[in-house]
Amino acid sequence: MNLPEELLYSKDHEWIKKEGNNVRIGITEFAQDELGDIVFIELPEVDDEVSGDEPFGSVESVKTVSELYAPVGGKVVEVNEELEDNPEYVNESPYEKAWMVVVELSDESELDELLTAEQYKAFIEQD
Amino acid sequence: MSNLKRTPIFSEYEKYGAKTIDFGGWDLPVQFSSIKHEHEVTRTKAGLFDVSHMGEIIVKGPKSLAFLQQMTTNDVAKLSPKRIQYTFMCYPDGGTVDDFVVYMIDEEEYLLVVNAANTDKDYEWLVKNNHYSDAEVTIDNVSKDYAQLALQGPLSEEILQNLTDTNLSEIKFFRFENVALSSIDKPAIVSRTGYTGEDGFEIYIDPSAGPELWNLLLETGKEKGLEPIGLGARDTLRFESNLALYGQELSKDISPIEAGLGFAVKINKQADFIGKQVLQNQVGNGPNRKLVGIEMIDKGIPRHGYAVLKDQEEIGYITSGTQSPTLEKNLGLAMIQTEFAEEGTELTIQVRKRELRAVVVKTPFYKRQK
Repeated sequence: MNLPEELLYSKDHEWIKKEGNNVRIGITEFAQDELGDIVFIELPEVDDEVSGDEPFGSVESVKTVSELYAPVGGKVVEVNEELEDNPEYVNESPYEKAWMVVVELSDESELDELLTAEQYKAFIEQD
Repeated sequence: MSNLKRTPIFSEYEKYGAKTIDFGGWDLPVQFSSIKHEHEVTRTKAGLFDVSHMGEIIVKGPKSLAFLQQMTTNDVAKLSPKRIQYTFMCYPDGGTVDDFVVYMIDEEEYLLVVNAANTDKDYEWLVKNNHYSDAEVTIDNVSKDYAQLALQGPLSEEILQNLTDTNLSEIKFFRFENVALSSIDKPAIVSRTGYTGEDGFEIYIDPSAGPELWNLLLETGKEKGLEPIGLGARDTLRFESNLALYGQELSKDISPIEAGLGFAVKINKQADFIGKQVLQNQVGNGPNRKLVGIEMIDKGIPRHGYAVLKDQEEIGYITSGTQSPTLEKNLGLAMIQTEFAEEGTELTIQVRKRELRAVVVKTPFYKRQK
């Protein structure tokens, strides 16, 4: 299982990459493997506010829909428009080509709640 | 430890990379490689499915025909030995107990192959409604006596022919033969049937020979591109071909007429089968609701249970939906009020929080070239 050390992870199986005051978000290799072939992705728009309470989008495989919950709150500053036409990127390249959104952090301390690669690995193994 | 039931083939799944799920109490493979890939393999080459979870019930005795005529909607008298019929059992209100196939072994013996999750319910329904003596009709749940494999796809016959001297081309659609298969010392029932919309066979064999047959088929079919296929692709394959899934297109609340399956309901047959009156009325007056195909206009995928709206009024719901791997369209089957069922009618699907446009289209979505 590929879990890049430099990323943070959520218990909802998202990865989070800190880029200054922003974070880039996608779903983990484990998540895409559980979902199977991804065929449809719904993402928010630039300037939308996201928070952990409301789904900001969804990822659909052949069989199921999985809602995306923001691991941190903030304003969407960038959306990966290419994913809409190429949902298979999530399966092929979950950490690179399949980043989903960039969010401007409203509260940096929320990052403290996230897991390290090692903690996430332990989390999925006990699951 | 899970207490899920396992088929005789379970031991073989792992070496082919299966990911298993709880499917109605059974630990079954949802996929081996990927649903889209397995779907395509079955449409273009051949796929092997473990469907040993299916239930088998034997109805035996001199009054078997009369009994089955009362229990099922199709005309069992039309069968002759080694022929198969798709049929239903219904409740008095027309709702469906189950959809299944009947194999006529001989004048006094019929094999019913039923949905796994309905096996106990079907058996009890048959027993409860059997007013014949033991000397006239016996009913046995023999599900544990069979492993069942489905070999589906255009290259199925070529592959299976490697294992037998029986001329498989002589087994026509919805017929079966008792067949000796290669080194396997148990006799098999081989029928030209399936649940994918492709040509292919279903093979019934003693459970002890199941794993051997599974491996033998995959080995002999390998050069032709045969691969093991999971339940995920089984569902997308049957969906594209508009083959009903009990619990979605059919249920105790949905009659076969509403589901558009009137071809297997013989309302004019003499026997007073259970549900006949209601089904006759539905045929005579037209059902109030109907199963239709829909294609999404807006971007989104319809899923089981989503509401279907017309002018803000709820007029039905999605029974099954997915992105069709063969057609690459977002498609659904929907049970809706008959007045909106005409092809070309624009409808709205409630996809979670969004209302998305769709249009009624012809089914089946996919039909193989013969």
